[in-house]
Amino acid sequence: MTAQVRLENVGKTFMTGRPPAPLHAVGPIDFEIRKGEFFAVVGPSGCGKSTLLELIAGLTPPTEGTIEFEGTRVTGEAPEGIGVVFQEDASLAWLDVEGNIAFGLRRSNLDADEKKRRVRDVLKLVGLSDFATSYPAQLSGGMRQRVCIARTLVMQPRLILLDEPFGALDQQTRLLMGDEILRLWRETSATVFLITHALDEATMLADRIGVMSARPGRIIDVVETNWPRERDSRIVERPEFGSITARLWHTLRAESMKTIGRG
Amino acid sequence: MSGDAMRSARNGLILIVGLLLLWQLLYFWTGDIALASPLATLSYTVKLFATDAFDVQIYETLRAFSIAYALAVVIGLLVGFWLGFDRLSCDALEPMIVSAYAVPKLTLYPILLLAFGLGLSAKVAFGVIHGVIPIILFTLSAVHNTKPILIKTGRVLKLSRWQMVRWILFPAAIPEIFTGLRVGFALTLIGSLLAEMFASQRGLGYVLMNAIGLHNVELIMSVTLVIVVFAATVSVILLAIDHRLHRRA
Amino acid sequence: MSKVAWYRIAVVGGIVALLEVLCLAGFIDKITMPAPHIIVRDLFRMVVSGRMNGAIAKTLSNTALALGLALGVGIIAGALLHRARALRDPLDPLFATYYAVPVFAFYPFFIVVFGLGDLPQVLIAFMLGVVAVIVNTLNGLDRVPTVLLKTARILRMSPADTALRMTLPFAGPYLLTGIKLAVAYAFIGVIGSEFIMSRGGIGYEISFAYANFDNATMYPLILLILIASVAVNGALTVWEQRLLARRGMR
Repeated sequence: MTAQVRLENVGKTFMTGRPPAPLHAVGPIDFEIRKGEFFAVVGPSGCGKSTLLELIAGLTPPTEGTIEFEGTRVTGEAPEGIGVVFQEDASLAWLDVEGNIAFGLRRSNLDADEKKRRVRDVLKLVGLSDFATSYPAQLSGGMRQRVCIARTLVMQPRLILLDEPFGALDQQTRLLMGDEILRLWRETSATVFLITHALDEATMLADRIGVMSARPGRIIDVVETNWPRERDSRIVERPEFGSITARLWHTLRAESMKTIGRG
Repeated sequence: MSGDAMRSARNGLILIVGLLLLWQLLYFWTGDIALASPLATLSYTVKLFATDAFDVQIYETLRAFSIAYALAVVIGLLVGFWLGFDRLSCDALEPMIVSAYAVPKLTLYPILLLAFGLGLSAKVAFGVIHGVIPIILFTLSAVHNTKPILIKTGRVLKLSRWQMVRWILFPAAIPEIFTGLRVGFALTLIGSLLAEMFASQRGLGYVLMNAIGLHNVELIMSVTLVIVVFAATVSVILLAIDHRLHRRA
Repeated sequence: MSKVAWYRIAVVGGIVALLEVLCLAGFIDKITMPAPHIIVRDLFRMVVSGRMNGAIAKTLSNTALALGLALGVGIIAGALLHRARALRDPLDPLFATYYAVPVFAFYPFFIVVFGLGDLPQVLIAFMLGVVAVIVNTLNGLDRVPTVLLKTARILRMSPADTALRMTLPFAGPYLLTGIKLAVAYAFIGVIGSEFIMSRGGIGYEISFAYANFDNATMYPLILLILIASVAVNGALTVWEQRLLARRGMR
């Protein structure tokens, strides 16, 4: 598999507070995301996971190092072909579900019929066909996230970034959404990069899992799960599931203690 | 917190200096026929305060305003609490009270004049109808926004209805009620001043109208300055208290 | 009909009925106020005769002008201030205390500078309304969640596009609050100024009628203004409620 995203020596320092002082959030980071894989990142709170995702998405430029997406440098501008699903609800309250999804296609060059077709297909893909004319306020949290996922998918991105997208949902819904994500991943053949603080979620979903250290966040371990592509949440029954999660926690525990110690 | 206080003070200073500058520039542009310079206004105002006649007018205005405000507060709190507790009345009447906000109450002045005649009662009435509305609305909102957990706590502690109000509901509602009182203050002041401008032979509003008629620019500016400084100062103080109350809550 | 509707009808009807009785029985004399049914009759006659049309047109056009200015300047100023922290911070106390100050006190100044035409009125009404629009615009813009702005960047939307398709629709209900206030203040500013000093418009007609004990003109005009402001405010509120309901708020 070829590298779709490459990070070399990437670091990010913010100036925050009054008076502004430098905050070294992330780095130096070196790793790559292979085309078509499902890559998850876990780490203690505040380690810079979201910052890492924003760097890859082009939402913020790196202060050191280079990020490349499909061979082109990424610096503070979102490249074409990347879709992002955030943890907070990004559904547009003033549009219905269909309008929300079509919003992603506004600037594309497709003709009206093609747009309609794509929206309909994606609605079916995420299971919201019956709710096309409903407004986000009438939907549950999980359904609203599905609207956001649908809006991302309708543009057929080659790389999908997910920033703790299920953080606001209850456990059962998370597991079901996990199944959904795996299905969508297979059906769209996109590359998926997921940030989560839930170890079982990472283990269940990903081909490879990166473990981040406490701030300043660096990737200190990459675990390969070697799962088959055709998998779902029942992967938790496999014996390796426990050992992989244990290995993640072993590394993560030490880092998390550092975070609490800093208080 | 002192960093915040210093910043507010600095911002306030910048604002005041900016406004004074604007004033001076406008004076240069329009000349003595329209404006008096800040300095001239200030000295004229000082002279005014030295005169007895002016002090009488100020007293007149303050008297009308205080009565109006006291009435507005009492009526506003009572009605506000009533509507806060009585769901049906609130659902029915609150929208009507809210739309009363939008009505130019100025147009009701002739009616009030006919009803009360010229003089103190009319001024008080004008002030009250302006100020009572925000007090009612904020008070009833404060009662509605009382967190249910507080009421449950009161029940668990087996408090009587009166004790509930005195120890739990009222303290919890104070920040929002105070905002209503603050807005009510400003509106009552405006109401009574406007009343004086049309319907009185005494008070600052009357002096202002008179000055307009005589085209006494310095007097116009002085009275305006006195009113603005009074209103702004009290407003800033009330705002500071408001912020502190809300922060504590 | 719901209980609430009956309640309202009872309250309004009760007050009108009480006034009617007091007037007919002579407790309220004709010089103070005519009976409600007479006021309504006089209003009807006035509208039909069309003799107030000139005054109404004058007041309405000045109000519309002041409103347009307040909205245009207010929304743009709000949008600009939102990005310029250095300007916004010192102005905040001004906005917070603005409505404590009787803006009408500046009316004499405007008359002296701009003469006795319509401009002073429009300026006063504009000054009254513009700050409400700015404050509510700022409030709406403040509330736009960061996640929506990030989404706009991921979708590679231009700044203008983001403003028009993301920020504006989100802040819509808050802007509407500012619009409602601006409408009310525009009315108040124009009519109030017409009271004080003018040669036309509804405010002037009311003031003239009052001076001449002409209750047959004064009361219907006042009623007309009440009906108009309640109607416009009501319509805007209905729109606001619809926007909020779609979002599941209230």
